Amino acid sequence: MTDPAKGPAISGLADLFAIAYRIEIDAVERYRLLADQMEVHNNLELVDTFRDLARAEGLHAEEIRRLAGDIDVAAQSRRIGGWTSEQSPEEADLSAVHYMMTPWHALRMALAGEQRALAFFERIVASTEDARIKALAQEFVAEETEHVALVHRLLRRHPPPPATWADDPDPPVSQE
Amino acid sequence: MSTAETRACRPADYRSDVKPVWCPGCGDHHILLSFTRAFAELGQPPEQIAVFSGIGCSSRIPAYTNCYGFHGVHGRSLALAAGLKVTRPDLTVVVASGDGDGYSIGGNHFLHACRRNLDLTYVVMDNRVYGMTKGQPSPTTEPDFDTALSPGGTGVSPFHPLVIALASGANFVARAFSGDLNGTTGILVDAIRHPGFSFVEILSPCVTFRPDEKEWKGKVHQAPVQATDDPGRAARRLMTDDGFNVGVLYRGSRRPYRPEFGHAGVDVGELEKEFAL
Repeated sequence: MTDPAKGPAISGLADLFAIAYRIEIDAVERYRLLADQMEVHNNLELVDTFRDLARAEGLHAEEIRRLAGDIDVAAQSRRIGGWTSEQSPEEADLSAVHYMMTPWHALRMALAGEQRALAFFERIVASTEDARIKALAQEFVAEETEHVALVHRLLRRHPPPPATWADDPDPPVSQE
Repeated sequence: MSTAETRACRPADYRSDVKPVWCPGCGDHHILLSFTRAFAELGQPPEQIAVFSGIGCSSRIPAYTNCYGFHGVHGRSLALAAGLKVTRPDLTVVVASGDGDGYSIGGNHFLHACRRNLDLTYVVMDNRVYGMTKGQPSPTTEPDFDTALSPGGTGVSPFHPLVIALASGANFVARAFSGDLNGTTGILVDAIRHPGFSFVEILSPCVTFRPDEKEWKGKVHQAPVQATDDPGRAARRLMTDDGFNVGVLYRGSRRPYRPEFGHAGVDVGELEKEFAL
């Protein structure tokens, strides 16, 4: 059993599939929200970045749905409920965004999310006594490890921005 | 809360297609998520909920929900909401405001809404600044908030909304932090379910005009004690807390005010005649 404070309780493979699916769907919804925010604030490069991230997480969710076979992961994830004392591991932090942020910032957020998901599944591997749950959690650990590596590769294409990235020639604080 | 039938809804069912114009990073984005999650948890269908607001960044929230909404005039959201609740007690009525709209322009309505104790929930998204009009000090701004608009600070002690709500008769008093999505959702559910006037102050950082408020994330902490039903004890706690205690702080048992218009002989048709052109 996982620590219930860290996520929904896992009593079988269906629960674990549902949680893994839920993690990806939560990430999709969060990236879509962030894309909308960037669209409203005319940061079009980030709109594309966040939509690409949402699309990638959606593909991960579909892969989990396929692996789960006959298990209705969407219905199961609604049944088991959500995170009660912390956020869904791959949800990007809404308070960490800025209207002039760059793809590097978005990818750093994505990396943090993938690392949280990896740690989440590693905790399950370490804590469960159920061999089948442990084996499936190990598969998710391998999957998340690949996602972490993928974001690292993407980050190589987007180096950190200069220190002046947030300088706005027409800042909102007009009185200063 | 209304007594209407509940049904399974997802948080997304309460979102409209309107994209929020709040600054990225603003705490109000979190609060919108908490609203929709709370409504889903309550199982109230969108058409059984009405969200009212006044003027300000926070008051844009009705447009972003799929519920009935009324974006009213400055400081008058509680008066509007009271009108609906009195005539349609079956609806769940939630009122959203900010520290300027709610405590300054609407300050008098705040006092009497607490006193009247209608069964509605009042959420004030407090960022201690007038954000929409570019950073003027609000009633909750610290006296040393030094900007071009308030050189050297205002020197005026801030308003203490929770103490005032309690002293004025609010039946439920809580503080939440926007960045704590699950905690805020739980408090909103609790507030809506509690009979009578529920007041929830949500600390919501303004990342544009109060970037210092990003530090709130490290300052907020769970209230170390359970909610009390003793107003005297609650007052002492509220007067001495550091302003960053989050949780339900007072849970009273006053009976909600619910006027029975049907017995007062008021006929809507007769009233309409008076205003007919």
